[in-house]
Amino acid sequence: MSNKLNHSMSLAKPDAVDISNKQKVALAIGIIGLFILTLALFNTHFPHKGLFLTLSLALIFAGTIIYSRDAYLTTLEGIKNDGVWFKSISSRGVWGWILGVILTAFYIVLYFYPQYLGLGKDGAENTGLVSLFDPLSNLLSGRNASQWFVYGTLYTVAILAFGYKFMLKYRHNRYQQLRTASVMFFQLSFAFLIPEFMYVMNSDLPYYDLKSIWPLNYYLFDEWSVKAFLSNGNIGLGLLLFGIISIFVITPILTYKYGKRWYCSWVCGCGGLAETAGDPFRHLSSNKMSAWKLERWLIHTVLVFSVVMTVAMVYSYLGYDHNTFWLTRGVFISLVMGFLTLVFAGVMYFKRHELGKDAKYGAIGYFVVIVLLVTMHLTGTSEHVLFIKGSDLRAAYGIYIGAIFSGVIGTGFYPILGSRAWCRFGCPMAAILGFQQRLFSKFRITTNGGQCISCGNCSVSCEMGIDVRAYAQKGENIVRSSCVGCGICSAVCPRGVLKLENDTMKGRINPTEILLGNNVDLMDLVNNK
Amino acid sequence: MEHIVIIGNGISGVTAARHIRKLSDKQITMVSAETDYFFSRTALMYVYMGHMTFEHTKPYEDWFWEKNSINLKKGYVKHIETKNKTLHFSEGDTLSYDKLIIATGSKPNKFGWPGQDLDGVMGMYHKQDLENLEKYAPNNKVCKRAVIVGGGLIGIELAEMLNSRNIPVTFLVREDSFWNGILPEGESTMINRHIKNHHIDLRLSNNLKEIIPDENGKVKSIIIEETGEEIACNVVGLTAGVSPNIDFIKDSDIETGRGVKVNPFLETNIQDIYAIGDCAEQHEGINGRRPIEAVWYTGRMMGETVAQTICGNRMQYNPGHWFNSAKFLDIEYQTYGWVFAKPRENESHFHWKHADDTKCITVCYDKKTNAFLGINTFGIRMQHEIFDTWLTEKKDVDYVMKHLGKANFDPEFYKTYEADIYAVFKNELQTV
Ligand SMILES: Cc1cc2nc3c(=O)[nH]c(=O)nc-3n(C[C@H](O)[C@H](O)[C@H](O)COP(=O)(O)OP(=O)(O)OC[C@H]3O[C@@H](n4cnc5c(N)ncnc54)[C@H](O)[C@@H]3O)c2cc1C
Ligand code: SF4
Ligand code: SF4
Repeated sequence: MSNKLNHSMSLAKPDAVDISNKQKVALAIGIIGLFILTLALFNTHFPHKGLFLTLSLALIFAGTIIYSRDAYLTTLEGIKNDGVWFKSISSRGVWGWILGVILTAFYIVLYFYPQYLGLGKDGAENTGLVSLFDPLSNLLSGRNASQWFVYGTLYTVAILAFGYKFMLKYRHNRYQQLRTASVMFFQLSFAFLIPEFMYVMNSDLPYYDLKSIWPLNYYLFDEWSVKAFLSNGNIGLGLLLFGIISIFVITPILTYKYGKRWYCSWVCGCGGLAETAGDPFRHLSSNKMSAWKLERWLIHTVLVFSVVMTVAMVYSYLGYDHNTFWLTRGVFISLVMGFLTLVFAGVMYFKRHELGKDAKYGAIGYFVVIVLLVTMHLTGTSEHVLFIKGSDLRAAYGIYIGAIFSGVIGTGFYPILGSRAWCRFGCPMAAILGFQQRLFSKFRITTNGGQCISCGNCSVSCEMGIDVRAYAQKGENIVRSSCVGCGICSAVCPRGVLKLENDTMKGRINPTEILLGNNVDLMDLVNNK
Repeated sequence: MEHIVIIGNGISGVTAARHIRKLSDKQITMVSAETDYFFSRTALMYVYMGHMTFEHTKPYEDWFWEKNSINLKKGYVKHIETKNKTLHFSEGDTLSYDKLIIATGSKPNKFGWPGQDLDGVMGMYHKQDLENLEKYAPNNKVCKRAVIVGGGLIGIELAEMLNSRNIPVTFLVREDSFWNGILPEGESTMINRHIKNHHIDLRLSNNLKEIIPDENGKVKSIIIEETGEEIACNVVGLTAGVSPNIDFIKDSDIETGRGVKVNPFLETNIQDIYAIGDCAEQHEGINGRRPIEAVWYTGRMMGETVAQTICGNRMQYNPGHWFNSAKFLDIEYQTYGWVFAKPRENESHFHWKHADDTKCITVCYDKKTNAFLGINTFGIRMQHEIFDTWLTEKKDVDYVMKHLGKANFDPEFYKTYEADIYAVFKNELQTV
C-alpha cells in the first residue's frame, strides 16, 4: 500500500527520510540535558545545583538549536513536511505512544503527586527535581521552587526552544515568524518573569499571569483570590478590575478586529506550547465530521460548567444583606442572568440568520444555564449550591477540567490527538472567543476564486481539525468559531488559495455554489436560486 | 426513474454527480476501476512525500455518497453498447443506463520507447502508479537513482517526490529550457536554476532513446538519444504528457479523435451520451482554448455544466477567462488570462524578476490597444477574482500595473513588491 506508515521503533531512522549525523549529535546533546533532569528526579544529589540546572537547560537549548539549524537552514526555504506521516513519533507510531505515556505520566505526577518530583511538604526542604530548580527560583523571587515553578520553567524553555525551531521551519513566512515571536515573548515575560517579580514587590498578591483571562484562569474569582486582591489596596483592586475588563472589554474589541487569533495564536500560553513544541503533531487532529460534532458538544459543555461553577463560587461567598455590601446574592444572580439574556436575545435578533441551525443549540445552552442558576438561587445555601458543596463543584472543575483535561489530555496526548486537543475540545475561553469570532468579527479566511485543487494539505495541517478544503473547494470563505488563525493552512496550500484577513463584515460569509472560472450565466443561475 | 451512469469518479464525474443530485432525484451510479471512492489526484504526490495519508486525499468522507444516494460501483467498463444502452464490464456483468456521462480522464503518454513496459517504469497518474512507485522507490537504498522523462507539471512533481526521499533524480527534458513551450524565457530559466538548486540533475535538450533491462526484466539503465550516455537507474518515470483514456470506446459508435468528440454542449454524436473532463475533445477549441484541456478546473466546470443539461436546462460549456496554477518545488505559480511563451503578433511582455531568483512576473498586453491580456506570477500570490474582473472589463496594462497591489494575495506581513514592479514598468516604458 502506498499509504504505509512506518511504525518501526527507530526514532532517528524512519526508512525513507534519514536524519544527518549532525542532527544525531544534536539529539544526543538535548537528551543529555534531559538526562540531568531525570537524574535529579531520581534524587541524584548534585553538588552545585545552579550549575547543573544551567548546564541541563543550556544543553536542551543547544540541542534544539543545532538540530533545527541543520534541519532547516541546509535546505531551501519552503514547506518542510516531508515524512511527517512516516516518522514513528509523529504518526502515532511506537515512539509517539511512548512520548505520550511519558508526558501523561509527568502531568499526573505534577498535578496529583508533586512529592514525587521532590516537593517538600509542609515547609520541608525540596528534594529531587524541584530542588534542582531552587537556585533559579531564589534568583528570581527569593523563595524556593515549587512544582509549578519547575513546570513553568520547563514550559517556557519548551516554547522558546521549539519556537526557534518553528521560526526556522517557516523562515519564508513572516506571519508565522511574528506570531511565534509574540507567543515566545508573552510566555517569557507575562507568564514566567512578571509574576515572579510581582511576588518580589508584593508577596501577598496571588499569582497572576496578566494574559490569562477568565474562564481560562478559572480561579480568578475564587474567594481566596478575590480576598487577596482586595486586601492589597489599589494594586490588587487594579488587577482584579483588569481581569474583569479583559473579559468584557478588551477581549471583545480585539476579537472583533482580528478574530480569536489575537489570543489563541499570538498570546496564549496553551496555544503557544501547541504551536511550538506541539507543531510536529498538528496533523494528527481528526478532520472527521464526527470529531467536529463531538467538539461542539464538549467545548460548550465545559463552557456551561465553567460559567455555572464560577457563578456558584462567587455566589457562595456573597451575603444576603445589601447593607454590608451592595453586591448581594440576589443582585449578583440577577446581573448574571440579565447579562446572559441580553447577549442571547441580541444574538437571536440580529444574528439568527448567520447562526442557522446552530441557533437551536445556542438556545439549549442558554436555557440550561438559566435553569441551573435559578435552581441554585432557590435552593442554595452558603455551603451548598445545586445540592452539592460549592467548594466541591469548584474542586471538581479544577481537577477534571483544569488539570486532567487541559494538562493530562491536552498536552500529554499531543502525539495521539494532535496539538490542540484542549483548545479544540475543552477550552471555555476558546468557546467564548469562537462565539465572538463567528458572529462579531472582521476575521475570515478568504479563498481564492476557483484555484483550489482539493488536495487537502490545508485540512491535514489544521490543528483544530477544520476541514478547510470543504470550504475552499467551493470557493467559500472560512468563518469558523474554532479557527485559531494559525495561518498554517494558508502556508501549506500549494496553490495560494487561502488568505487570513480582517476585512469588512459585509461579504464575509459567501456561500457560492459555483466557482469562479465558469461562464457568468451559470454562476448567476446557480447562485441566485 | 431516469438512471444516470457516470464512468469515472474523478473530479469531473464527481462534480457532475453532485450537481445532478442537487438539481434532481434521478438515480445516479458512478463507476470506476481505480478506487472505491473519489480521491484527489492532485494530492497523490503528498502521500508519497509523507505529508498526508491516502485517506486524506478524499475530499468527502465515505458516508457522503450513501447519504446523497449516489451509488458507487467498482469495475472496469470494457465496452459501451449504445444501441440498447448497456455497459459491459471486464468482470462480466452489465449495467444499463438512460443517460451516460463519460469522464474517464487521461493516461500517461508512452511513445513506443524500447523497454517502456519493464518493471520499474511507470507514469504518475493513477493510484496504482503511486503504489508502484512505493514498491520500486521506497528509499534511496532500493532505488539508487531515478530518471524522469518529460519536463511538464507532472514530471516536476515526480522529481519533487523522489527528492523528498533523497533519491537522486536525473530529469530528461526534451526542450532547451524547462516547460518553455508554455512559459516565457525569463520564467523558464528561473525554474531551471531552481531545479538545479534542489540538486536535481536537470538535462535539457535530452531525449530518451531506450530503457535497458537487467536479467530479471527490471530497469537497469537508460540511454540518452543525443549523447548515447548510459545512466544507471532503478526507476524510470514517464511524464511526457497525458492523453485521453478512451481506448475501450474506440470500438463503439461513439465518435472519437484524440478524445471523445463533443460539441459545446458536451454531447457526443450519440444521443444521451456526454463526455466531460480530460477525456473530452471539443470539435474546435472554445474562445481560442485548446480542444482538450486536461486540468482540474475545466473538469469541474464541465461537470457543473453537464449536470444542468441533464437536469433539463441544456447549457453550453462556456468557460470564463483562463486560469491555472502549479508549484515548481518551492515556487508557486499562478496564471490568469493568456501569456504565451513568445508574445504573438501585437503582443508585448513585461517581465520583472526579484534579485533572489525565486519571484517573478510576466504581464502580457496588446501593443496597439494597450489592453491587459494576462499575467504569470511566480512566488507572489494573486487574487483570481480581481484579474477575472480586470480581464472582463478589458482594463489597460497601465491600470493593471498601477493597481497590482490590490490583487496581491500573499499572507499578512509579507513584503510586497508591487511598488517596485510598477516603478520598473514605468521606467521601461519611458526608455522604449
Ligand atoms: C500527479 C498529477 C498532478 C496534477 N496536478 C494538477 C494541478 O495541480 N492542477 C490541475 O489543474 N490539474 C492537475 N492534474 C490534472 C488533473 O488531475 C486532471 O485534469 C483531472 O484529475 C481529470 O479529472 P477527470 O475527472 O477528467 O478524470 P480522472 O481524474 O482521470 O478520473 C477518471 C477515472 O475514470 C476511471 N476510468 C477510466 N476508464 C475507465 C473504465 N473503462 N472503466 C472504469 N473506470 C474507468 C479512471 O480509473 C479514473 O479513476 C494533475 C494530474 C496528476 C496526475
Ligand atoms: S483553519 Fe487554518 S488558520 Fe484556522 S486553525 Fe485551521 S489551519 Fe489554522
Ligand atoms: S485550499 Fe489549497 S491546500 Fe486546501 S485543498 Fe485547496 S489547494 Fe489544497
